[in-house]
Amino acid sequence: MARLSRYREHRFFRPVLLALGLFLAGALFTAGKAAAESMESKALVISADKATLIKEGKEIFARGCSSCHGLNAEGAGAAPSLIGVGSASVDFQVGTGRMPMADMSQQAVRKPPVYDEYETAALAEYVASLAPGPKALTNEEIAWERDGNAASGGTLFRNNCAMCHNLAGQGGALTQGKYAPTLMGVEPRHIYEAMITGPQAMPVFGDKVITPAEKLDIIKWIKEVESEPSLGGATLGRVGPVTEGLLAWTLGLGALIGVAVWLTSKAR
Amino acid sequence: MKARERAAGAVANYLDERTGAAKWMKKTLTKVFPDHWSFMLGEIVLYSFIILLLSGTFLTFWFDPSMREVEYEGSYEPLEGVHMSAAYASTLHISFDVRGGLLMRQIHHWAALIFLAAMVAHLLRVFFTGAFRKPREMNWIIGVGLLTLGIVEGFLGYSLPDDLLSGTGIRIAEAIMQAIPVVGSYLSYFVFGGAFPGELFIPRIYTAHVLLIPGIFLALITAHLMLVWYQKHTQYPGPGRTEKNVVGYPLLPVYMAKAGGFFFIVFGFTAFLGAVAQINPIWVYGPYTPAQIGAGSQPDWYMGWLDGLVRMSPPIETHALGYTISWNILIPGLIIPGILFTLMALYPFIESWMTGDKREHHLLDRPRNNPNRTAIGAMALTFVLVTLINGGNDLLAVHFDLSINQIMWFSRIGVFVLPPIAFVVTKRICLALQRADREMVLHGKEMGRLVMLPHGEFIEVHEPLSPQKAYQLTSHEQLPALAAPETDERGVALPKGIRQRMKARWSRAASEQVAKPTVEELKEIEHH
Repeated sequence: MARLSRYREHRFFRPVLLALGLFLAGALFTAGKAAAESMESKALVISADKATLIKEGKEIFARGCSSCHGLNAEGAGAAPSLIGVGSASVDFQVGTGRMPMADMSQQAVRKPPVYDEYETAALAEYVASLAPGPKALTNEEIAWERDGNAASGGTLFRNNCAMCHNLAGQGGALTQGKYAPTLMGVEPRHIYEAMITGPQAMPVFGDKVITPAEKLDIIKWIKEVESEPSLGGATLGRVGPVTEGLLAWTLGLGALIGVAVWLTSKAR
Repeated sequence: MKARERAAGAVANYLDERTGAAKWMKKTLTKVFPDHWSFMLGEIVLYSFIILLLSGTFLTFWFDPSMREVEYEGSYEPLEGVHMSAAYASTLHISFDVRGGLLMRQIHHWAALIFLAAMVAHLLRVFFTGAFRKPREMNWIIGVGLLTLGIVEGFLGYSLPDDLLSGTGIRIAEAIMQAIPVVGSYLSYFVFGGAFPGELFIPRIYTAHVLLIPGIFLALITAHLMLVWYQKHTQYPGPGRTEKNVVGYPLLPVYMAKAGGFFFIVFGFTAFLGAVAQINPIWVYGPYTPAQIGAGSQPDWYMGWLDGLVRMSPPIETHALGYTISWNILIPGLIIPGILFTLMALYPFIESWMTGDKREHHLLDRPRNNPNRTAIGAMALTFVLVTLINGGNDLLAVHFDLSINQIMWFSRIGVFVLPPIAFVVTKRICLALQRADREMVLHGKEMGRLVMLPHGEFIEVHEPLSPQKAYQLTSHEQLPALAAPETDERGVALPKGIRQRMKARWSRAASEQVAKPTVEELKEIEHH
């Protein structure tokens, strides 16, 4: 204690203490606010009745989506019609931040969602009310941890997904700047919804092609790969020999040449 | 004499009386080697080879080179119960259930990548310094053979685990084989013992990978080193260094210590990489089945340029007389690499024919002092680099937000346009460097120190070069262009064939140099 109290005399003591205090207060506030908002928004989804959700969804849609998708979601120009896409599609596109789109590039980019859970649910309900379509799921409805089988999921993944999403689910290139995104850090329900709705360049994997149980297997395998400790050292992005070759040439040969220069330098 | 020395002398004497080794040892252990970091690139190759032999032997203790179908029961849970080949299962076993197995696998793979990278770096050093010139043309050809074998050996090793990534590579190798006109399909059936994949290729590849090719390797490396020993090592020009001597340190103790130490450093560093950087995580890729494929399937870097060539070739096929010829595989997969490696192997002969220089050379060229050769090397490097970049076009597209089609078109055009540009630019840079050397010899080093003279004039102080440095910058020779004889010795006009014209043109291009300062010029400057 005596040692610590010595620092009180230091001329930086007060500014540093102030900065620390402000930082702590800010961090606590941000964390608390985010937690409260998410809980609030979840509680709202559960408590709200369907009619209010649809009504509010329609309002959000008119404000945020109708400029491209049309006032009645009938689609216009580049934006497709949303009649019949179902709540699953909305939950995936809006829940992963792809919609509203950042720009009209080749493909909608995954980014932090613009709408919170309540607003997303309202939008989904509204779109689902236009015509029947695939239903959105909650993470709780998908019991992949209990029912999934990683080994079977891995085989299914290599048969159906790896040709675009890469053998380790790291994503891969498609034509003309389109791409299959990485599957790391994606909510299980979003993976499920992507399979049943086929967003962007992805085909639909209906329940007859890949059964619901098999979908859980695939999710389980993806989650196991994602959470696997990096066995044998840093993973270098898991994109195969390209990064390995780069490291061999730069750090590998580079360091050895450095040693060779050192070994042959004249003693001073 | 101390007792210890007497004892050592007695042992040495005992051995000498029985083997006659003393005379040979005295000659051998005092052999002199020149010292330069670029001469150690070949050593990295040699040491990586030893590391590969050691770690590879360890892996053979557990690897099962068989395509027998088994059900996985090891400790990697996400593959529990999956059907796979015994080769893949045993690789998983090495990775997860053998103590130190994963480390050894990773050391083996990293050593292979460094082995080939160092080999290419060594080749570049030999090329750009002109170390391949007479009398070392044979050793150059052995080196090209070693590189070719190294690429094949690396590819076979990469294929052995029978995972989904490497199986894809084998499939492409099969496609390239089948692209050979007429005999292609027979050849493929012969290699795989029937239709792809069959049950034979893993055992066959294994025999080639652990026995046949390493055997040839050992023989060729021995020949390579014996020739270096016999012809003596080349050296960079400098005061006291001539075509007739070698300036450097004796093998014992200096070079022995340096080389021995360097071996352990290379081994240690490779082991470090094996411990901290994951390589080829086959457990994520899954077992090979011909029906499956993954995005971003790439070969190891030394095959990447071939993959890039195949990726950029337009889809051209012709059908004639009941045979299909896939030009889109045949040209990039066989014809272009064949031409490239042939040109590379023959380059020493081409150069000596074109320049008419048939003399022995033991002093190396500084790359700038042979602008034509350096530019040719830069051109070849640019070609390979463009194709290598296209080999990773999908990863570049994803990670740098580009379109794969644009990268492909960039490579298709760039592979023709960029190498000539590299040639011209490199040649100009070399000539500019020669000009800088000339300035330096004539006017000394710029010191950046301005002095005002009493009458108000400002001058920059130049420090004259040391005689050693000046010698280094001026000792190279500048050959004049070959005068193409127009008539033979009896005065009859010689026919002007295309060969003569090519030779004259090349020789003119090769003799394009910035004249080095003459003694008269230097004296004139000194008078000022």
